[in-house]
Amino acid sequence: MPKPKVAFYWCASCGGCEEAVVDLAEKVLDVVAAVDIVFWPVALDFKKADVEAMPDKSIAVTFVNGAIRLSDQEEMVKLLRRKSQILIAFGACAQLGGIPGLANLWDRASIFDWYYRAAPSVAAKDAGTPPRVKVTVPEGELELPAFWDTVKTLDQVVEVDYTIPGCPPTPKLLGAAVEAILAGNLPPKETVLAGTKSLCHECRLNDTKPEKMLLKDLKRITEIRLDPEKCHLAQGILCLGPVTRGGCEALCIEGHMPCTGCFGPLDQTADFGGKAVSFLASIVDVNDEAEAKKILDKVADPTGIVYRYSLARSRLGRKRMEVKA
Amino acid sequence: MMQATAQEARFEPRIVALFCNWCTYAAADLAGISRMRYAPNARIVRVMCSGRVDPAFVLEAFRSGADGVLIGGCHPGDCHYKEGNYKAMRRVALLRKVLTDFGIEPERLRLEWISASEADKVRRAVDRMTEDLRKLGPLTWRVG
Repeated sequence: MPKPKVAFYWCASCGGCEEAVVDLAEKVLDVVAAVDIVFWPVALDFKKADVEAMPDKSIAVTFVNGAIRLSDQEEMVKLLRRKSQILIAFGACAQLGGIPGLANLWDRASIFDWYYRAAPSVAAKDAGTPPRVKVTVPEGELELPAFWDTVKTLDQVVEVDYTIPGCPPTPKLLGAAVEAILAGNLPPKETVLAGTKSLCHECRLNDTKPEKMLLKDLKRITEIRLDPEKCHLAQGILCLGPVTRGGCEALCIEGHMPCTGCFGPLDQTADFGGKAVSFLASIVDVNDEAEAKKILDKVADPTGIVYRYSLARSRLGRKRMEVKA
Repeated sequence: MMQATAQEARFEPRIVALFCNWCTYAAADLAGISRMRYAPNARIVRVMCSGRVDPAFVLEAFRSGADGVLIGGCHPGDCHYKEGNYKAMRRVALLRKVLTDFGIEPERLRLEWISASEADKVRRAVDRMTEDLRKLGPLTWRVG
């Protein structure tokens, strides 16, 4: 029997998800022995034409990481969707927009203006030359992918079968997903292949969490000497564990850092940022409006905190843009 | 001047009003029974408590075409569930900052304390918000 074909692709991402594949360590050999990797730009020299030449649905499973922000990324994921039986959104950027999704608080014009003109690091002689889709040089016409106003999640562009969350996903989750695929033992479509309960349920420090979480003040991690054996929230450190999907085994907490929410919302959450705002405002136990505002003002960049990974997936999706008449 | 007024009058803001069952909704009911006249721009949704208003409701309203969201709850100290309105107050404070980053003017989200007897306060709150939103203009939303 021929081995099932597997593909990996990356879009707007940092490369950390590719690292997560390599982090399978010796287990990667079992995977390589069991499957045929037919496309993996970061590691293997296959081209787009090789994918185009494959029959439709001939790839058993494709893992796509990264958000979709350029026209060529849309083109590639649509091609891979056509060629694949199963398409998996791999990592926070593909699932929720991730860090690149934060750019949705700007648009193409303002991003180009800053990076190609206004930023102090731009040399005066280079200023004012934003990237263009087409440029004519003596040798002929060159073409670049188009840059969109809005970063999109993978499932806003193509149909996605499963999601493996995380920034990046843990090798354990990837290993489990690969095993499930090889065994033909997959859950219903659209399942997020991680925990189904919030992170606190699997956090070692959950026992030290008070019955009712009420805080009179919020602290930044640099302001206190963190007790690594006590629930971070109970110490006033903003930890998003209560509203974040579990499955990572509280890796950040083990590293003495609060959860920043990379595993995204639970199944029943409509909007991660909304839920985070709700939770955060609930635990601040101050009923005087001016005093409460003073404490909440200590949350520097609330939008960046509650939507750190999920701005593109949020109900609003992006900053308001003027509608052209 | 006449022309500007006519132009402003053309825009009828859509307000989603989330009123708590125990105070503000009862006040709106009283306003109706008392045959008070006020702007018809608010679509009132009854919730059990202002503390029941998930920020996602507000985001959903804006996404779905609301120009403003008005949350009404019991006065501080009067919440039927003791502290739901305090939670609403803190949520609104934080949410308004987030909305500002999304390019939504914070005035589009309001929180008013209106007790069951304050029918006239419902009238004033809805009238005032309607007028203010008319000046702000429609919240046009585009994802592209």
